[in-house]
Amino acid sequence: MPDTLTPVLTANWADERSWTLDAYTRRGGYAALDKAFAMSPDDVIELVKASGLRGRGGAGFPTGTKWSFIPQDNPRPKYLVVNADESEPGTCKDIPMMMATPHTLIEGVIIASYAIRSHTAFIYVRGEVLHVIRRLQNAVREAYAAGHLGQNIHGTGYDLDLVVHAGAGAYICGEETALLDSLEGYRGQPRLRPPFPAVAGLYASPTVVNNAESIASVPSIVNNGAAWFASMGTESEKGKSAGFGIFSLSGHVKRPGQYEAPLGITLRELIDLAGGIREGHELKFWTPGGSSTPIFTAAQLDTPLDFESVAAAGSMLGTRALQIFDDTTCVVRAVLRWTEFYAHESCGKCTPCREGTGWMVQVLQHLEAGTGREQDLALLLDQCDNILGKAFCALGDGATSPVTSSIQYFRAEYLAHLTNGGCPFDPAASTLFGAVPA
Amino acid sequence: MTTTPVKTVTLTIDGQQVTVPEGTLVIRAAEQIGVQIPRFCDHPLLTPVGACRQCLVDITDAGNGRGFPKPQASCTIPAADGMIVYTQNDKAAKAQAGIMEFLLLNHPLDCPVCDKGGECPLQNQAMSNGYTETRALPPEQGESGYIKRTFPKPIPVSPNILLDRERCVSCARCTRFADQIPGDKGLVLIERGGQQQVGTADDEPFSSYFSGNVIQICPVGALTSAEYRFRARPFDLVSTPSVAEHDACGAAIRVDHRHGTVMRRLAGNDPLVNEEWITDKDRFAFQYLLSEHRLRYPMIREDGELRPASWVEAFSVAAAGLRASGAVGVLPGGRGTLEDQRAYAFLARKVLGTDDIDFRSRPLSAEETAFLLKHVDGAPPPVTYADLEAASVVVIAGLEPEDEAGTIFLRLRKANRETGLKIVALSPFTTWGLQKMGAEVVRTAPGDEAAAIAALDLPEGAVVLAGERLATSPGALTAVSELVEKSGAKLGWVPRRAGDRGAVRARCIPQTGGRDADQIIAATNAGEIDTLVIGGVDPDDTSDPAAFRTALRQARFVISLELRETDVTRSADVVFPVAPVTEKAGTFVTWESRERIFPQIIERPGSLSDAEVLTRLVEVWESTPDALPSSADSSRTMPSRHESAETTNSGVGVIRDESASFVTSRRFRLATWKLMLDNGVMQEGDKALAATARPAVARVSQAVFERVGPTVTITGDRGSVTLPAEVADIDDDVVWVPANSFGKGVLASLASPGSKVDVEGAGV
Repeated sequence: MPDTLTPVLTANWADERSWTLDAYTRRGGYAALDKAFAMSPDDVIELVKASGLRGRGGAGFPTGTKWSFIPQDNPRPKYLVVNADESEPGTCKDIPMMMATPHTLIEGVIIASYAIRSHTAFIYVRGEVLHVIRRLQNAVREAYAAGHLGQNIHGTGYDLDLVVHAGAGAYICGEETALLDSLEGYRGQPRLRPPFPAVAGLYASPTVVNNAESIASVPSIVNNGAAWFASMGTESEKGKSAGFGIFSLSGHVKRPGQYEAPLGITLRELIDLAGGIREGHELKFWTPGGSSTPIFTAAQLDTPLDFESVAAAGSMLGTRALQIFDDTTCVVRAVLRWTEFYAHESCGKCTPCREGTGWMVQVLQHLEAGTGREQDLALLLDQCDNILGKAFCALGDGATSPVTSSIQYFRAEYLAHLTNGGCPFDPAASTLFGAVPA
Repeated sequence: MTTTPVKTVTLTIDGQQVTVPEGTLVIRAAEQIGVQIPRFCDHPLLTPVGACRQCLVDITDAGNGRGFPKPQASCTIPAADGMIVYTQNDKAAKAQAGIMEFLLLNHPLDCPVCDKGGECPLQNQAMSNGYTETRALPPEQGESGYIKRTFPKPIPVSPNILLDRERCVSCARCTRFADQIPGDKGLVLIERGGQQQVGTADDEPFSSYFSGNVIQICPVGALTSAEYRFRARPFDLVSTPSVAEHDACGAAIRVDHRHGTVMRRLAGNDPLVNEEWITDKDRFAFQYLLSEHRLRYPMIREDGELRPASWVEAFSVAAAGLRASGAVGVLPGGRGTLEDQRAYAFLARKVLGTDDIDFRSRPLSAEETAFLLKHVDGAPPPVTYADLEAASVVVIAGLEPEDEAGTIFLRLRKANRETGLKIVALSPFTTWGLQKMGAEVVRTAPGDEAAAIAALDLPEGAVVLAGERLATSPGALTAVSELVEKSGAKLGWVPRRAGDRGAVRARCIPQTGGRDADQIIAATNAGEIDTLVIGGVDPDDTSDPAAFRTALRQARFVISLELRETDVTRSADVVFPVAPVTEKAGTFVTWESRERIFPQIIERPGSLSDAEVLTRLVEVWESTPDALPSSADSSRTMPSRHESAETTNSGVGVIRDESASFVTSRRFRLATWKLMLDNGVMQEGDKALAATARPAVARVSQAVFERVGPTVTITGDRGSVTLPAEVADIDDDVVWVPANSFGKGVLASLASPGSKVDVEGAGV
């Protein structure tokens, strides 16, 4: 068993001006590039396949396999699109990563583009994070100046242009096909599949869409080998969750932040690393991978945080966005806020998500205010049943997760709102400022 | 027809096996066995979108032994061999009912006041697939009441279409139609989530010649017709299938009428012709049928004045007039049915014994006459819409399909989009319509068509579409003739009027050395013809409107068969009111040679077709050889008519001299055709439709525009007009104006056919 923490992506975050090319190069940055260029593109794909790297955006699709889907006999240009539209409530891994070490991502982009034989790559960054966009743009400029991007990179004859594109702040644009529409200049709404992006993606050309953390993990794999990467993580008869990942702890822990660890670490270990739950309180519920993943309670503290174990426990590893809520938090209130988020971010394309999320908000509002009815719980569950699996894309499915899982674990608390004539919790108590007596 | 074997797949839907061509969507396959899966966004002629989710079905086996865990949208899933689909089991029914509940959640449920009520897919499918009780009670009925989303309503998306956003289910049929079918992309979905709505650019109405189709394909009452709104309920209407009379395309329509009044017209579904689309003109331009200007009774001239007459009297006066006539010219016009045209031809050839008959009420040429006799109703198999789609290349000359033949435009655009059909268009500039068809434009100034056609080198399997306007370009039709003979291309002649093609078939055209329409007018003015029988001809459409009017006065005797009062009826000696298309049965022969038979829709006593009038007239003529009713003493009225004609005759001559002297000094060649929506009399009465017409502008080259500025005065031998100018990729010595969008039209108030004009800055 390796050390609890495995800083790879985060290894240089504490360096002086870590985001500069100088700082990155001093740490051996862009060395993986030459190693990759020494291999054939297909060998790079095989290497990433062998490492067992799975998509870090939540779905966990094997990255190397995705690359191998690109039809090389297609005469159209191939594109690499990096999904850095990090918008899931609770998720905060790509944005700090791009702030601290944008060159890791850029090096990954170059290697991945080389592997799939793309000559134009895009990083689609969430529009609100202007500071990250600027930092990425500066880093791209540095990389061009240093000859890592542009024509004849490192004298290999390989050309690559990298465009940093700012989104306009729509959650749906994290969905890969909506992202492609947005990147093309259209309203971001998911596309019908098939055709899949690997066949007809950006500008109807073969396209790989990868999460930023997935791509940023590639240089380390090239540097250290597939076996090194695969030595981390877990393996069971159900599958393999190889490597490390950034676990983002937020909420009621003493030291919230990003903890990079092998997949399979437990929340109990992570909470220990984060200094424990707020003083005087206990863990009540948590999300393993952002608000779209069904919530867990203290009962899942020892569930290994890998794709298979989390799924077996009834949720999804998602983006490893661990939002920790202690006993001061009203679960109805939290679920209502999340549901309001989904109703606001629904793109409007399909009926269940567009209409269903808005309806759930109104029902939850009544429940929180104590003006609901007991049968509203059954109504909510049935609304979720009518959305889950019926919506056009996964946004609708995600919207049902907090509702169904919270009713599963906290039905009594919902009902307490009705008998209490409103929320029995002091909303201020769950806040940082409320926890400190005035 | 050759049939290529189609690869098929066999699947099981609700326990029934069905075999369909590979690629067929499950929802279509289900239709084959009579299973109607509820749907909103699905439309067979639009690309699938899978947005409404109403058509969810349970697929327990995708054909590979594994089922889908989730219900699938049957409008986006192709059928596969061995697939097992349940459209009505518990899983599917629950999914469908759940979606229906969501769709009705924010719907105003105002069916009793909604135009769509009674023919509404939402209403119908809510009954068949929805819950009977709502779970979203309004606030006053329970503590946890639901507050619906509301919008101000209705808002116009164009002058003839209103949008009620509360009723909209965001199916995107209208927006996909706009984008995919006519390519007029001004109607889109805007905003997000629950606020998503159909919209247009700010202050920019949705502009399309085909806009009315969105009203028809809207599966709810969100898009309604400004003109039809609140005028009828579907269940009070009687629907009769018919054929559109505004162009030569033969689009199938459905006429909805109540108590003998046409309330609205809809597109019919004819996959061979117009698929499910019609032009706004075909849909909305029917008020002329109802207009108070319609003639209701026959009239005869007495003491120089027209007075009402009985049918019997009118027939006998007309028969007597004909019997007393010398030479007769017959001008049937182009709006009649095949039956009407045959009656005119019978009258001319068999009764009057003359070949002086010509349906053409527009500029024509002897070259065209020969062309029509040789190519249009001859041996070669006719070209069809399907031929257009299958062609290796389609050449268009003398035809602007978007304006003049909307159905052809849609079919060519479809073929270009779907199969990359190559379209080569001879046009003075790259029109918006040609752009939307993806046509390669061979820029051709008026008069240069013959050379441009001769220069074409066509591959095997080509189709040439020659518009009727080629008649005005010397040598062009001969060049077309040579081109099709040289290349083996198929030839389609595309006239503008619904009856034109039938008129050629009926031989309403001189074929044994008779006079053509222009010669009939000239001969009348020269005193060689003294009697005219005129159908639906507007003098201002003819090559010389002034000469035509002179001929009306010059003729000793004029019989007019008309719908409405016109300059012809005002000058006629006997006027017979004739039935419009709704009041008679008949046949239009389309540009494809397709016979489009339509029934009588409205019974109106005393409403006779041209054919019926002419038949009765011939009967009267034959039965009363010498009777001359005293009440119609044409000998009394004749002298005064001659006098008036003589006074103006010299005037006409002066105009002609003037034109001759100006031809050499004027520098601009004039390109012109009629816009789809213009000042045509059959479009009268619908203000909303008229408001969607494209404005009259003159198109000039960049260089000319820079010299003359944004407003130009164009002067020709028949007058001048001042119009806003717009830049086009047009030759420096060519100006384009719409043919009938200002004044009395180009021929009456600007320039004679083929003449040159001046273009000057109007200097505001």
